[in-house]
Amino acid sequence: MPVKIENLNYIYNEDTAFEKKALENIDLELPDGQFIGIIGHTGSGKSTLIQHLNGLIKATSGTIFYNGENIYRDGYKMRELRNQVGLVFQYPEHQLFEVDVFSDVCFGPKNQGLSPEEVEARAYEALRQVGLKEKYYKKSPFELSGGQKRRVAIAGILAMHPQVLILDEPTAGLDPRGRDDILNQIAKLHKERKITVILVSHSMEDIAKYVERIIVMNAGTVMYDGVPKDIFGHYKELEEIGLAAPQVTYVVKALEEKGFDIDTTATTVEEAKAAILQALGK
Amino acid sequence: MGIIKVNKISYDYIKYGEEGKAESTIRAIDGVDLHIQRGDFVAILGHNGSGKSTLAKHINAILLPTEGTLFVDGKDTGQEKNLWDIRQTAGMVFQNPDNQIIGTVVEEDVGFGPENMGVPSKEIWERVEESLRSVGMWEYRTHSPNKLSGGQKQRVAIAGVVAMHPKCIVLDEPTAMLDPTGRKEVIRTIRALNQVEDVTVILITHYMEEVIYADKVIVMDEGKVVMQGTPREIFSQVDKLKEFRLDVPQVTLLTHELKNAGLELPEGILSVDELVEKICLLK
Repeated sequence: MPVKIENLNYIYNEDTAFEKKALENIDLELPDGQFIGIIGHTGSGKSTLIQHLNGLIKATSGTIFYNGENIYRDGYKMRELRNQVGLVFQYPEHQLFEVDVFSDVCFGPKNQGLSPEEVEARAYEALRQVGLKEKYYKKSPFELSGGQKRRVAIAGILAMHPQVLILDEPTAGLDPRGRDDILNQIAKLHKERKITVILVSHSMEDIAKYVERIIVMNAGTVMYDGVPKDIFGHYKELEEIGLAAPQVTYVVKALEEKGFDIDTTATTVEEAKAAILQALGK
Repeated sequence: MGIIKVNKISYDYIKYGEEGKAESTIRAIDGVDLHIQRGDFVAILGHNGSGKSTLAKHINAILLPTEGTLFVDGKDTGQEKNLWDIRQTAGMVFQNPDNQIIGTVVEEDVGFGPENMGVPSKEIWERVEESLRSVGMWEYRTHSPNKLSGGQKQRVAIAGVVAMHPKCIVLDEPTAMLDPTGRKEVIRTIRALNQVEDVTVILITHYMEEVIYADKVIVMDEGKVVMQGTPREIFSQVDKLKEFRLDVPQVTLLTHELKNAGLELPEGILSVDELVEKICLLK
């Protein structure tokens, strides 16, 4: 379901001495089925923005349309919105609370009022989708490793069948393999279920590898919005606001400065490899 | 001179049942032998659950080995009378800066450690100034910590440890929650402490790019030390690292891929400049 954000503003502690503009004049369209990355330094407004998308924070002014409907109109069913826009917070494993993994994943769909059979079917499906082995289903969430807990938490959201899945730094603190596993599963889900995925991350390498569109937040505004190649072309401006380009982008740029005739738009290892081989005439 | 000597230590986590009886044990560290020299910068890599953090917690005696012994600056962590000395010798910095900062003003937070140690007031202020300067946060001394960015908060947390004048600092994923600039700030601070102040640094991280500055890299798996060497030696073994669920810096991986495609490049390239230089030679 498409999301449209119009002229959105959000002010923390309005009319107090601590007043702070967190979001300013945000206009964005998020069509169905896109894989979108949001980057920005700590405090740039990323997390505030995504919490607007499922109505956790209400804008000070401006409108959000979900599937063409204004979510701030009187009588709008916020509950429906939260069922459709799933938000996975940072360190979601801190929110696991049930006695075992399976019950934890059932919690969301159960609250949606589904039949017990449907709830179980959803939980099995979601746990399979995140690649957690069946032997863990009856274990306490506290007996699992960090990466496994993270998967359970993500499965809990997936079991609610969201149309839009938002993940706030889903791989922080995970080892490289755990990071790849989770992002690959998410990419697969995006492809199979054709849902919109919004990934907030501090890893430019991960963003470059997975997303088709990048939104760069700075000081509460959208600074850039475009495809990874274009966004990382602004690497100097990105550095000024606390971000960077993937390491390989710096390699191709440096080679160009050394006089190589090379395609400098590479943002992934594969692209950089192809560009370098071509520049060397191999 | 050795500052940390780990002699064949093992550590078991004990799982307790409902009646408080020990039900089963999980061996988190399994026969680790390790010697760290004063002034070294050592990085520890390993997947989640490999035993890195458990090992780190032994270095300032938060945990005591089930088997084996561990000496910090010549003092046995198993002897309770050594506890204060050991905690002053080896300071720890954790992942989340918000859990480590307790003061309402930056300089008060940094002064907390030395104050607890009974350092005279005048010297506390000297130490606060010196440590805030060493992490580049002196200008923020009168700020409230909750108004700082993640990287700045983490540097304040490091200053809090530095103010206790430790000979060794153990950092457990200090950059996991930071944006790229915050990460750079913290790593630069750690390197400066190591090179200028000669503090021994033990860094645990999942970011492979942060490891390239270390003198020595230790890879852990299943509670054991499975690889040891310089960053170049370790990162030359791309395939072996993958077996341990690890990775190499992106530029090292690119070099590996280019080499597989037939280019004459050495393994274990660690920086962008190094790779660019080597590619220029092929022109």
